[in-house]
Amino acid sequence: MTDSYASSRNGDLSPSQNGHAASSPSLGPNAGVSSVIRKKLMGYVGFANLPNQVHRKSVRKGFQFTAMVVGESGLGKSTLINTLFNTTLYAPKEPLPPTAERPKTVAIESIDADIEENGVRLHLTVVDTPGFGDFVNNDDSWRPIVENIESRFDSYLEQENRVNRQKVVDNRVHACLYFIQPTGHSLKQIDIEFMRRLHTKVNLIPVIAKADTLTDEEIADFKNRILADIAHHHIHIFQAPTYDNEDEETIAEAEEIASKIPFAVVGSDKVVATPDGREVRGRSYPWGIIEVDNEEHCDFVKLRQMLVRTYMEELREYTNDVLYENWRTEKLLSMGVAQDSSVFKEINPAERMQEDRVLHEAKLAKMEAEMKMVFQQKVQEKEAKLKQSEEELYARHKEMKDALDKQRSDLEEKKRKIESGRPLTPEKSNTSKKNRFLRA
Amino acid sequence: MAAVTEEIRAASYVGFDSITQQIEHKLLKRGFQFNVIVVGQTGLGKSTLINTIFASHLIDSKGRLEAEEPVRQTTDIQAVSHVIVENGVKLRLNIVDTPGYGDQVNNDNCWDPIVKYIKDQHSAYLRKELTAMRDRYIQDTRIHCALFFINPTGHSLRPIDVIVMKKLSEVVNVVPVIAKSDSLTSEERELFKQKIRAELVHNLIGLYPFDTDENDEEEIQLNESIRNMIPFAVVGSERNVIIDGKSVRGRKNRWGVVNVENEQHCEFMHLRNFLLRTHLQDLIETTAQIHYEAFRKRQLLALKDGVAQRPPAA
Repeated sequence: MTDSYASSRNGDLSPSQNGHAASSPSLGPNAGVSSVIRKKLMGYVGFANLPNQVHRKSVRKGFQFTAMVVGESGLGKSTLINTLFNTTLYAPKEPLPPTAERPKTVAIESIDADIEENGVRLHLTVVDTPGFGDFVNNDDSWRPIVENIESRFDSYLEQENRVNRQKVVDNRVHACLYFIQPTGHSLKQIDIEFMRRLHTKVNLIPVIAKADTLTDEEIADFKNRILADIAHHHIHIFQAPTYDNEDEETIAEAEEIASKIPFAVVGSDKVVATPDGREVRGRSYPWGIIEVDNEEHCDFVKLRQMLVRTYMEELREYTNDVLYENWRTEKLLSMGVAQDSSVFKEINPAERMQEDRVLHEAKLAKMEAEMKMVFQQKVQEKEAKLKQSEEELYARHKEMKDALDKQRSDLEEKKRKIESGRPLTPEKSNTSKKNRFLRA
Repeated sequence: MAAVTEEIRAASYVGFDSITQQIEHKLLKRGFQFNVIVVGQTGLGKSTLINTIFASHLIDSKGRLEAEEPVRQTTDIQAVSHVIVENGVKLRLNIVDTPGYGDQVNNDNCWDPIVKYIKDQHSAYLRKELTAMRDRYIQDTRIHCALFFINPTGHSLRPIDVIVMKKLSEVVNVVPVIAKSDSLTSEERELFKQKIRAELVHNLIGLYPFDTDENDEEEIQLNESIRNMIPFAVVGSERNVIIDGKSVRGRKNRWGVVNVENEQHCEFMHLRNFLLRTHLQDLIETTAQIHYEAFRKRQLLALKDGVAQRPPAA
């Protein structure tokens, strides 16, 4: 999926590099989009200012980002969010007294915040999923989460289909941080099940929680095993796309970030004093102090880079262009909207007409053949009917003839009888004579 | 009831105080038997902790290490036997591991195999006791102690933990332990423990050690201090690290070194002392006197009320 995305991106980039010069002889509009001609500029035109215009506009509009955090309770999700955005988004959780009623299903809670930095406003939404993985029976604990993500897609689809689309609020989930328990072995069953169900709907970023309980080798082994598990189950986690024409530094940075996935993080919103006098965000243990912002201690910095500093826009775009589109296609197809694939073909009028004509002629020929067939059929039918009536008549005629023959033979019998029989009265013999004459 | 017995002092030294040495001599020859079961989710460090307590490699970690390995669908029960010798004292150790406990998505009744196993051991012992021709010394496979491992979330006990601890505390001595406690700072650890203790009290889960009438002042105090420390926050390690020139068992990170034997880092030493140095005999006795007796009573009453006409296992 990422491959096609990257290549389409490349396709998009090349035409935009095309430039027309005012005074150089141009070759006119050439054949098609495939061969682009790069022109040299003879003077300053000024469209290099476009990025600044875009920048000003988007700063004015502000940005929206929605992140979801999923994981068993006690893995430090709220603390990590507070640490990432350096603000107390989540108040410290009051543990429920033992007598309190515990919820029976996974809840979905979201917190909104408007934060600002250097004039750039970010509308941040964090969706929390308390209760995930905490029950004895965790079957279907992912279902409320999947439904929530899909309902956000639904509402966006609806907004897109409205008549007035001026104000479109994008509250689709752009990234999902999945917290893995630091067992040191490999992924648990519930982790695999959850990731399998969500990797096509949201950008999954797996994170090893509370990584301060693992040593370096344990972390390295654990990461390898997690990646092996993920590959084995064909789970697709978010990978930062790389572009061909980027500079060395960015490529190196991207590689570094990619090599640390899944990130082993430690969160802390408290400031502690180190032995050498610095005040850092971290956790203070009797045996040492772990600094959250220190790259040597944990991968928090890399996670922050991926989520906020470098790839926030990528996450949003990927959600919009790939995940949302796939879901939309699925949904519309399932609703019965037929796909008209002929819109993708190139349109050439003459060919089109030729095709049309051929089609038309074929249609006519077919109609003719059909009609002929129908005619034939009717003729046959009529013939059959006539034959039948002929036979009937013949039969009747025969019948009548037989009847008459029979009558005649009867009468002859009678006549013979009368002639050969007793001498009859003269009238009788006369009649018989007459008859004989008649007979001759 | 017997009249109050007076304590008499003999006129001269009789010598029956050497009975303790005679007993010791006998017991040393026979050796001791200790059975322990470890219960907890995969990846909490159960096998490592056992290996750390007895300072030897007794059991292997049973985590899933390959992507192709399937996840266990039920709780397995695997028992391993070892004999450890220290200063002439022979300890026969039976360690029962429970891989697969709490690993599935649906963990309903994942504790059944464990409770069944414990009851089976009691039942086997009862059968051997009731036969007419029985061995002079019955092999004791009854579980003396159940180490229950709690996930170091820092919040509270999970529903499954509460259910299983309740069920286990009815048949065996349960000692709860906070696993991988190097993920909790000292304050978090204290809060977590208080929370756990409150929940245990609220759910009426009775934990070892129990106070009986026989205990004297010292023992009661000791039990009190143990109860204030439960659950033990431990860290296990089979590997050695160098701290201050000495080689100790610990875990080394880039930002610090956890010393397993340091009482300020974790409570491993307390757990080991409790389990082996002070309460080992008590654990075995309590199993025999309280849990086994309760089981025996239930079984024999059931047999008597039962349909069977013939006398039990004559």
